[in-house]
Amino acid sequence: MGYTVAEKILLSHSDADRVEPGQVVMVRCDIVLANDVTGPVAFRQMEKMGASKVFDPAKIVMVADHFAPAKDERSAILIKRLKDWSLENGVVFYDQGRGGIEHTLLVQEGLVLPGSVIVGGDSHTCTHGAIGAFSSGLGSTDIAYCLAFGEFWQAAPGTIQVTVKGEKGRFVTGKDVILAVIGQIGAGGGTGNVLEFVGPGAEALSIDERLAVSNLAVEAGSETGIFPADEKTTAYLGGRTDKPWQAVLSDADASYAQRIEVDFDRLQPLVAKPYNPENVVPVSELAGTLIHQVVVGNCANGTMTDLRQAAEMVKGKHVHERTRMIVVPATQKIYREALAEGLIDTLVEAGAAISTPTCGPCFGGHTGALAPGENALSTINRNFKGRSGSPEASVYLGNAFVAGAAAVAGEIVDPAEVV
Amino acid sequence: MKLSGKAVVLAGTNIDTDVLYPGIYLNIDDPDLMKPYLFEGLDPSLRDQLEGDTVLVVGENFGMGSSREHVPLAMKAWGVRCVVGASFARIFYRNCINLALPAISCPEAAQAAKPGSEISVDAAAGKVTVDGQEFVAAPVPPFMLEMLERGGLVPWAQHKLAQS
Repeated sequence: MGYTVAEKILLSHSDADRVEPGQVVMVRCDIVLANDVTGPVAFRQMEKMGASKVFDPAKIVMVADHFAPAKDERSAILIKRLKDWSLENGVVFYDQGRGGIEHTLLVQEGLVLPGSVIVGGDSHTCTHGAIGAFSSGLGSTDIAYCLAFGEFWQAAPGTIQVTVKGEKGRFVTGKDVILAVIGQIGAGGGTGNVLEFVGPGAEALSIDERLAVSNLAVEAGSETGIFPADEKTTAYLGGRTDKPWQAVLSDADASYAQRIEVDFDRLQPLVAKPYNPENVVPVSELAGTLIHQVVVGNCANGTMTDLRQAAEMVKGKHVHERTRMIVVPATQKIYREALAEGLIDTLVEAGAAISTPTCGPCFGGHTGALAPGENALSTINRNFKGRSGSPEASVYLGNAFVAGAAAVAGEIVDPAEVV
Repeated sequence: MKLSGKAVVLAGTNIDTDVLYPGIYLNIDDPDLMKPYLFEGLDPSLRDQLEGDTVLVVGENFGMGSSREHVPLAMKAWGVRCVVGASFARIFYRNCINLALPAISCPEAAQAAKPGSEISVDAAAGKVTVDGQEFVAAPVPPFMLEMLERGGLVPWAQHKLAQS
C-alpha cells in the first residue's frame, strides 16, 4: 500500500519506517514559528522545562503581527519580550514595518519549501500547505518543546482527498473552494485528517488562491490542507529560495479516509454566515443583508490577488455611506506592490481605510472592531461570536470580490451585479 | 490517572476557543491573569460555578478554532481537573494533553451529567462515573496516557534534558 503526501512528509521527518493513521510519531521541524501572542507564553513554558537554548536559531521565526503595532502598554510589553527573546537567541525576527502577517510573510520570503514541516503557534499555520508542506498549528507548550528540541508528537492523520474540477467562474476564487469543503464536511468533519487538493481545478489555482484554501483547512478541523507541489509552485519559488527541494506526491495506491469533490462548473461565490464557518450559502441567498464594515485582508486573503479583486470592484465608485471599508495588505512587500500598481490609490479614492499589515481586525484585537448590531463582510477565516469585536455583531465570510461588492453596495450582493 | 470533581456543563456543539477566551484578552501571558476572562464570550456567570475540583462537561467538536493555550491554562488555573465530552478539536486536545489536563471522549457520560454531578474519571481504565453510574470512554492512546501520567510536556522535557 502506498502513502499520501502527508504520510510521506511525516515519514521523512521521523525515525519511523512505516506509518499508519493514529500512530504517534515524533516529527522533526524545518521551521518553528510564533507571534507576539503565542511566543511569550511559549518562552515561559520553555523556561519551566529548564531548556536554556534553542535547537537551531536559523529554523526559528518570530513575527510581531497580532497586537502590532502595539495597541496598548500590555501589548507593547509582549512585543518587546518577543523581540528581546529573539535577539538573545539569535533567531529570525520580523518587527512591525519589516514583515507582515506571519503566514503570508513566510511563504513570500521563500522560507517554506515543498516536503518540509512547518509548525507555528497559530492555528492558521496550515496555510503553508499551499506550498506542499506539512504545516500545522500548535499551542504554546508544544511550541516551547519545538523551540528546545526541534520536534513535536503527532498522531499520523488520515487524508481526505478533495478533487477540484471544472472551470472557475468570473467571481469565484480559492476562498469559495474551501468554503464549499467546510460546508460539505462541517467544522469538525476534517478532524484527524489532512485535506489534499488535486484535480484540474486545484492545479489552475494561483499560489495566492491556494494560500486561502489551505488557510481555512483548520476551519474544517483538519490538521492541514496540502497542495502537492507542481509547476506553479516551482515558478513561485524561483528567485525566492536557492535551497534544494523535491515535490512530494501521493502514491497512486495511497489510502484515503474519504474522497470529496468540488465542481467549479456548479460553484457560485459563497458566504459563511455567523457564527460558524460551516454555515455556507451562495452569496445570492444573502443579497440585501446590510453591511456596516468590510475588511479585506488577513492571513487568508491579504495577497495581491485579493487586493486586485477588491480594487476592481470599487474602482471609480464610492464605498457606501453606511459602510466602512478597511484594507490590510498582508505584508510590507504586498503593500509596496499595491502602491506601485495603483491599487492603494484606487481603494483610497473609493473611501477605503488602508491599514499597516496586522492581524488586529480579524481576531477582534484592535483596528476595526465591530459595535453591537453591526454586520461585517470580511475576507477573514472565522465568524465566531465576538470574533471581530462585539458578541452582538455578525461577521460574514467571503472572497475579495464579494467584499468589494458589499463595500460599494452597503449590503451583500452578487459581485456580478456591481461590475 | 484517576481524577474527580463537580460537573460544570458547557452546553452546545462546536464551542470555539474565541468564546471560551476572547481575542482581546490575548495580550496576557501569565495564566493567573487569564482566569478572569475564561468563558467571557460564552457566559461569564459560568465562572461562578468554578470552585474546587471541577470536571467540565462539553459537547461535540469542543475547542475548535484558535490554538490559544490561554483556554486550558485558564481552566487549570481555576481548578479544572478534567474535560469530559463527545469530541474535541485537534489543537485544543493537544494543548490539554500537553498540560496534563485529560480530555476524555465519552458522549454518554457527557449526556448523563448535570451541573453539580459528581464525576470521577479513570483515564487508563477508560471509565467515567457520573453520580455513581459508570460509562465506558473512548480509550486514551498509550502515548497520550503516558504524557498525562508524567504530568504533561513540561516534565516530559525536563526528563529528556536530565537524560542528555
